[in-house]
Amino acid sequence: MNLVRIWKFGDQIDTDVLAPGRYMKGTIDELAAHCLEAVRAEFAAQVKPGDLVVGGVGFGIGSSREQAAQALKHLGVGAVIATGAARIFYRNAINLGLPVLVSADAAKLADGAMVQLDLASGSVNDADGNLLAQCEPLPDFLLEVVRDGGLIPNLKKRLAANRTAT
Amino acid sequence: MMPQTISQKIIARAAGRASVAVGEIVTCAVDLAMMHDSGGPRRVESKLRELGVGIWDPSKVVLVSDHYTPAIDVDSAGILSLARKFAVLHQINNFYDGEGICHVILPERGHMKPGLFAVGGDSHSPSGGAYGAFMVGIGATEMAGVLATGEIWVRVPATIRVEWNGSLGRGLAAKDILLKLCATLGMNNDYKVIEYVGSTVAAMSMNERLTMSNMSAELGAKTGIIAPDATTFADLAAKGVALEDWRRELAGDSDAHYEAVHRFDATSLAPQVAAPHTPANSHSVVDTDKRKLDQAYLGACTGAKENDLRMAAEILKGRKVAKGTRLLIAPASTQTTAKLAADGTLAILLGAGAQMLPTGCGACAGYGAGVLADGEVGIASTARNFKGRMGSSKADVYLASPYTVAASAVKGEIADPREFLE
Repeated sequence: MNLVRIWKFGDQIDTDVLAPGRYMKGTIDELAAHCLEAVRAEFAAQVKPGDLVVGGVGFGIGSSREQAAQALKHLGVGAVIATGAARIFYRNAINLGLPVLVSADAAKLADGAMVQLDLASGSVNDADGNLLAQCEPLPDFLLEVVRDGGLIPNLKKRLAANRTAT
Repeated sequence: MMPQTISQKIIARAAGRASVAVGEIVTCAVDLAMMHDSGGPRRVESKLRELGVGIWDPSKVVLVSDHYTPAIDVDSAGILSLARKFAVLHQINNFYDGEGICHVILPERGHMKPGLFAVGGDSHSPSGGAYGAFMVGIGATEMAGVLATGEIWVRVPATIRVEWNGSLGRGLAAKDILLKLCATLGMNNDYKVIEYVGSTVAAMSMNERLTMSNMSAELGAKTGIIAPDATTFADLAAKGVALEDWRRELAGDSDAHYEAVHRFDATSLAPQVAAPHTPANSHSVVDTDKRKLDQAYLGACTGAKENDLRMAAEILKGRKVAKGTRLLIAPASTQTTAKLAADGTLAILLGAGAQMLPTGCGACAGYGAGVLADGEVGIASTARNFKGRMGSSKADVYLASPYTVAASAVKGEIADPREFLE
């Protein structure tokens, strides 16, 4: 399993910080370049595919703008792990194929640590396989949405199955 | 049968069930889906095309252009043009183009009623709860799924009962109650419903109840619901909305389970001000630093309805906005503007020196006219003061009621509206 880096943020990371309103008219490329810049200027430029974003309580509070999750996905973030996630952000992210895992252990994860995530079980381990944090696993039907790449591919599959069935 | 809250009853009905238990996941039929120009057509059209389907029932869809209207540049004009074409293509007759902010348009044009299971492509969709609807905010991909199927999954939420009793003092409003709640209950009541009860709520107008339900979004709640009563029915009757008996009788069971009950006394509440950069940072105006203000803003679904602007006019009558401070007003709908123009309220606001902005979401979310520069300090009747939301991330935004915003505009610094109402 690949090791990925943890980018740790605090509580109440809101949608205006994830997707600032003044860049909302533009492309996702432009918007993503400003993702989280108000709290951590280097994030967008340095985050690597698969890296994990870790937050405290209230991750994604605020607007329903899906671009908050889309920007993270666009930058290649592999998953968001948080003590608590705002409900619209949670649904938006999963609908785009970006898993959000809730974990009481989120605070134990250190910024910059290299870890591996097992999505199905929700465990975050270090390079030697020691458990660093246990997340609540996603319910099966949401895990399937994530694995399909989001709600639209998932719906496409289900609609096609319905057509075949009838 | 297990006793049910009003929210459980609405969910059960939409799920075709006799009852539902907190925590279970059910699929609900959607009675109404609202979207706007920002999160709507421009974000869902390609997804519908990808799915190869149309809208399940256009008569249940309401489309409102409010975020980018009126267009300030070619990009926003393009977004609005796309919304218009989408409405035609999908035969959405309930299309309101620059006529007001979605959460105000829905009740104003008779789309809200008790018992609806409704979704909105905007985080302030809990507003619909003021009418006894179960209305939640969703994102664009989820909306595409709803438009394609007419259904959505929902985890049945626990309910927190918030009871306010007693009369609010002069110069206080629903906004003060919600800022107080943000500070008290915090902003992470995720997956919960807030149900508002008590004599303070019972005495409120529908517009004040809309502010309560609207800012339930800031509490992190799935929705903020108020059971329908005589005030609700009178409002709907005036709009010609017919109601089936079951909608009139809709109420939670008296022995329904609440996860928590919080009681507050409205008579002792002081005007509240949220300091930067979160609504949870709310305190009594008495304990708030009296910062000098560059701008005071009366706008948005939260703070520029008819009653909000009337509150401001009570303060501004015969007074002037302080030199060095600008007061901007952006009425929440064109009907609001027309009413306030007809009865002289607008003349009071403009006479005090307010600048009138177009109807729409405007500067509240940093989209339209009235954003702040680096280092500027503003006060607003809007719902959120997150860093960078109203323009520069180096600006400081305070939130308060329309009374407090107006009083602060007159004084040129954060002010207690009660000084102006004696």
